[in-house]
Amino acid sequence: MAKFRKKKLGGSDQINTSALPDIIFMLLFFFMVTTVLREQDVLVDQKIPQSSQLQKLQNKTLISYIFIGKPKNTSLYGTEPRVQANDVLISSPEIVQWVNQERDKLPEADRSSITISMKVDKEVKMGPISDVQTELRNADARKVLYASTKKLDQE
Amino acid sequence: MARSKNRMSNEINAGSMADIAFLLLIFFLVTTTIASDKGILNVLPPKQDPNVPPPDIKKNERNIFNVLINANNDLLVEGEYRRKAEGLDKDFKDFIMNFGAPDEEAVALYNSLPASLQAQAQRRPESSDHPGEAVISIKTNRGTSYAVFLEVFDLAKKAYFDVYSERVGLTSDEYRALTGDDEASKALQDKGKEGIPMAISIAEPDKAGGN
Repeated sequence: MAKFRKKKLGGSDQINTSALPDIIFMLLFFFMVTTVLREQDVLVDQKIPQSSQLQKLQNKTLISYIFIGKPKNTSLYGTEPRVQANDVLISSPEIVQWVNQERDKLPEADRSSITISMKVDKEVKMGPISDVQTELRNADARKVLYASTKKLDQE
Repeated sequence: MARSKNRMSNEINAGSMADIAFLLLIFFLVTTTIASDKGILNVLPPKQDPNVPPPDIKKNERNIFNVLINANNDLLVEGEYRRKAEGLDKDFKDFIMNFGAPDEEAVALYNSLPASLQAQAQRRPESSDHPGEAVISIKTNRGTSYAVFLEVFDLAKKAYFDVYSERVGLTSDEYRALTGDDEASKALQDKGKEGIPMAISIAEPDKAGGN
């Protein structure tokens, strides 16, 4: 017992906290870097369905997002599912134009590999989705990602 | 004068530094939304030229695995009614790996497969000839719920990824995480896929129950 007590006395009586700000700053920088401040105002309901076979896209710059769902502001936009691209709700025929705009933002070499991430609400029916896909085919943006989250209860 | 000089020589108190950093940290913690770019990849068919009639593809009925989902989200799997999509991945897998009537190439493919996959070949005459011919067809109504469609599509992908990953001896998750960026992962990816194309056909939804 005496031995233990001796050791205790030998140790410093306070934890050295001088490295604490450094650690906090490290965390801070991590979150500063990963944060995307200009988050799009999503105007439609977004309850993303879950699935198991998720794949991650490598090149984020090639992705453009399209949101489909029931408008949040039903008094203004009605209850039918709508398509949102950028910050506005658009109708199906405008999708081709939007895709071309998005494609123009990319460097020339990457333009053919543009990927459209479709964030679709669970409640949406296949009808509007197929209309959007038809337009995407017209715009020749054929790589589509059905955005989805990981299903937790797997086997 | 002497007093202020004395003060200058003191060190700046850095004790509140951590507090300031914490404040900033909490702000960024709250505002952060780590973007999730995960999902199920699909490549749409090219636009159809209205002047060119759609190609007439002759395929044996047994090589097509039909899944119909109607506006009530009921399933019709190869002519059989189903209420839920669960277990479809097993059926898909059995169908893909059936090897009912393999040609020479398919026999070579079969011989190259690991034993665990070979054992799954049921060789039923009414199912697909070989993986190269097998097509999973998913057809929906306009009124079908997207969630159910995605579930079925997910299961079809699962069947293929299970086969691919089993072939190269990885788990399905590991196989899907392969980027194909470097030689090694690309080689693995190709080895999994070789001779077994992922043939999932999504038919244009018909008008029933839609808007």
